[in-house]
Amino acid sequence: MTDLIHLSADALAQKLASKEVSAVEVTRAHLDRIGAVDGAINAFLHVNTDEALLVAAGVDRARADDEALHPLAGVPIAVKDLIVTRGQPTTAGSRMLEGWQSPYDATVVRKLRAARMPILGKTNLDEFAMGSSTEHSAYGPTRNPWDLDRIPGGSGGGSAAAVAAFEAPLALGTDTGGSIRQPGAVTGTVGVKPTYGGVSRYGAIAMASSLDQIGPVSRTVLDSALLHEVIGGHDPQDSTSLTDPVGALVEAARRGEVEGMRIGVIRELQGEGYQAGVLARFHESLDLLRSAGAEIVEVSCPNFRYALGAYYLIMPSEASSNLAKYDGVRFGLRVVPDGAPTIERVMGATRAAGFGDEVKRRIILGTYALSAGYYDAYYGSAQQVRTLIQRDFAAAFEQADVLISPTAPTTAFRLGEKLGDPLAMYLNDVATIPANLAGVPGLSLPGGLADEDGLPVGVQLLAPARQDARLYRVGAVLEALLEETWGGPLLARAPHIEETTEVGSR
Amino acid sequence: MTAVTGEIISFEEAIQKYDPVLGFEVHVELNTKTKMFSSAPNAFGDVPNTNVTPVDLGLPGVLPVVNGVAVESAIKIGLALNCSIAEKCYFARKNYFYPDTPKNFQTSQYEDPIAYDGSIDIELADGTVFTVEIERAHMEEDAGKLTHMGGSTGRIQGAEYSLVDYNRAGVPLIEIVTKPIEGAGARAPELAKAYVAVIREIVKNLGVSDARMERGNVRCDANVSLRPHGREQFGTRTETKNVNSLRAVEHAVRYEIQRHAAVLDTGTPILQETRHWHEDTRSTTSGRPKSDADDYRYFPEPDLVPVVTNEAWIAKLRAELPEPPAERRKRLQADWEYSDAEFRDVVNAGVMSSIEDTVAAGVSASVARKWWMGEISRRARLAELEPAELGVTPELIVELQGLIDAGRINDKLSRDVLDGVLAGEGTPTEVVEQRGLAVVSDDGPLLEAIDGALAAQPDVAEKIRGGKIQAVGAIVGGVMKATRGQADAGRVRELILQRLGVEG
Repeated sequence: MTDLIHLSADALAQKLASKEVSAVEVTRAHLDRIGAVDGAINAFLHVNTDEALLVAAGVDRARADDEALHPLAGVPIAVKDLIVTRGQPTTAGSRMLEGWQSPYDATVVRKLRAARMPILGKTNLDEFAMGSSTEHSAYGPTRNPWDLDRIPGGSGGGSAAAVAAFEAPLALGTDTGGSIRQPGAVTGTVGVKPTYGGVSRYGAIAMASSLDQIGPVSRTVLDSALLHEVIGGHDPQDSTSLTDPVGALVEAARRGEVEGMRIGVIRELQGEGYQAGVLARFHESLDLLRSAGAEIVEVSCPNFRYALGAYYLIMPSEASSNLAKYDGVRFGLRVVPDGAPTIERVMGATRAAGFGDEVKRRIILGTYALSAGYYDAYYGSAQQVRTLIQRDFAAAFEQADVLISPTAPTTAFRLGEKLGDPLAMYLNDVATIPANLAGVPGLSLPGGLADEDGLPVGVQLLAPARQDARLYRVGAVLEALLEETWGGPLLARAPHIEETTEVGSR
Repeated sequence: MTAVTGEIISFEEAIQKYDPVLGFEVHVELNTKTKMFSSAPNAFGDVPNTNVTPVDLGLPGVLPVVNGVAVESAIKIGLALNCSIAEKCYFARKNYFYPDTPKNFQTSQYEDPIAYDGSIDIELADGTVFTVEIERAHMEEDAGKLTHMGGSTGRIQGAEYSLVDYNRAGVPLIEIVTKPIEGAGARAPELAKAYVAVIREIVKNLGVSDARMERGNVRCDANVSLRPHGREQFGTRTETKNVNSLRAVEHAVRYEIQRHAAVLDTGTPILQETRHWHEDTRSTTSGRPKSDADDYRYFPEPDLVPVVTNEAWIAKLRAELPEPPAERRKRLQADWEYSDAEFRDVVNAGVMSSIEDTVAAGVSASVARKWWMGEISRRARLAELEPAELGVTPELIVELQGLIDAGRINDKLSRDVLDGVLAGEGTPTEVVEQRGLAVVSDDGPLLEAIDGALAAQPDVAEKIRGGKIQAVGAIVGGVMKATRGQADAGRVRELILQRLGVEG
């Protein structure tokens, strides 16, 4: 059954549909894999063994009865622990929510349940999705399956590592400044940030509401498209959700066509600060796309240089307000200090104990940026930059159908390497942040291994808002061409992970 | 923290020395079925923390959705206050930590309210009209309700713990803010009361709020400042919070004018602060310091999209507006031919609409007034309900009055009939029959009773014979007592006078 874990979601779906394998077998195989390797990876904060098997058994019964089933019914999935789920804890990677169980399901989780996809468990993340390495989780870092001494990216390192380590064929992530795409890049997996509003945020614990977006994590472009179609579409419970239908994403991924398309290389997202091996792989991808008939053009987005600065004002501002609700009054951690426990002191002690340093750093930054007398200079200016970045994108998309860049400037760094230098950590997201500020969709796919360290490199595709299908169309072509050069999927070259004797769920 | 009370000068002296400037923030709770941003019921008086969804508790991951009916109510209020309606407006977050605010921010509107720049005429009792300029009316959500336990005062100071009920959290509010009101002079307290009364009446008439001040449906924050006569610049203001009855608004404004004057007389500046109103002592005490720099870190609510209006929508809502209360009152008083005093009493008793319906059902305006101001109001006071809440329908009054007019029952018996109807015993006619309440109309038994009464009070009989006809009441009373009320008092009077040979 070990082979099952190496199959794509699409391949699993076909084997399930033809009754070649059962959903219980598929789910059991992944649970076993989690039991065997997650002691080393720490991708999961909670493993949902019983419910996952129950759902899988239900799918098998339904299939035996010839009930109509969703194509992904029985294909298991992992869910980032920022997304609330009934019946399982949701921690957001924080002590603040340790032991908390949501009384409601996120809209995307309801959709997974409707499709009858067994949920394997909840994946690790930087606390409240604040970080680029998953080292800011209150429950220990997740390790990169390519090198256990390296970070799996962040904040969605758990989802990316779970998929890269064959613990799950699919996962959900959330992307505020690159939290799906950058982990995808450094783990050799595929991650998509949909158009803002394309997927309901209801039930995704908010970091920065105007930037957050839930999206798919997978090992192939087609698998992300399959999952994207499950979770996408309008949700009346999310006022910022688009009313458009989700679109023919799977069809776009299956068709995979770039001939005659103009692909724009963003001048500002290369060069200084980018690792040589990253740029080498990136240029190979450009050559492959050119060989497939695409026209490669260069576009300039001069205001992207302000993106990181604007992001680190808007994101903490919104986060400072979104995280105010964690006060020990209604749910989660409550710390009652000695002496007269006034409400102010309980709130203060709870927040002091419940939040980690990075969260506090951002709350303080955001509170400052929104303060009277500073608002215009900080939050106000940042919003103006946001408009400029949107204009840069609009101009670029006049010249190109999709844009392309490296996803992250470097390959995975070592655990602890940047913990003491928040600014260096923030630079990881320099190429992914503009898409969040403009609300446009982005996809990261594996571009190969960097020569100098043998670690995965990510290639990012960006499309105009509501044109997510273009990402899948181009991504599928590039993926096929690259796999041809590699002689198979990149992850086939990942090192073997020592299986431990640890069995069962934690 | 309680400031010294009692240091005030007389109102007359205060007004002689200073010119008061007023300003009001009135919060109106809408009576929408659901809350401002969630599908939880908007209902008063339910078991604490039952009308809540994850959104109202601010649980992780939740998102707000704007209540479209509340937006329409806001626009209607704006139109009734002669405001301009914004083509596009945003919600904003007002950030502050307090346990009655589940998200630790209130979703409100900041820079661009849905309605702005209005005005409303306020008519005082003597007919003087003040025009109050409205700065804005904006949408927001109510907070939960805190109950402080274990202390003697019910306030947070000294309490051992506090209970919080989030049923009210998220209830739609419209905050109506006036521009500074100048020139009211000695009429300031009266104007304050009249202004709040008009707002209450407008929102009630629009049907957008239950407008019951005792339930907090309409809550007033009253701003008062004084300046020496002739000076243009405003003085420092205080904001007396949550003054929740019309009488209290009047008293609070009056008190603050007296207190400000006393403070200013000593040469001390007024401290810009909120004040608490105490109904028992009819005075205010210091709340918290309030400066213009209170930092709520407002920013646009990123979880909501802008509210966009258009002319067709606004025109439709405008067309649906009911007749303005002031115009309606003028029309009804003229139609009913009530004196000013009679009409004022009817309005104050809250039975104007009931009388209108009853007249429409087919009795005269004076009969409708007799019922609603008399028996029904009396019962309402006993039951601590509004007269309209007793379940007395216009049709019931028409039938009861018909029985009286036909001489089948008298006024006294009609009260028993009403008892029976309200107890579910059937229609008035059925109750009359079942309870055997018909008036004794056979003169035989009546004459017997009259003779008995005359014999019992020979001195009274003598007075009547002597021409003191007003003394007949005592004999009538005796007869009514003897017949246990089942006699037509008018007929009894006639018979007594006949018996005594006196001309009525």
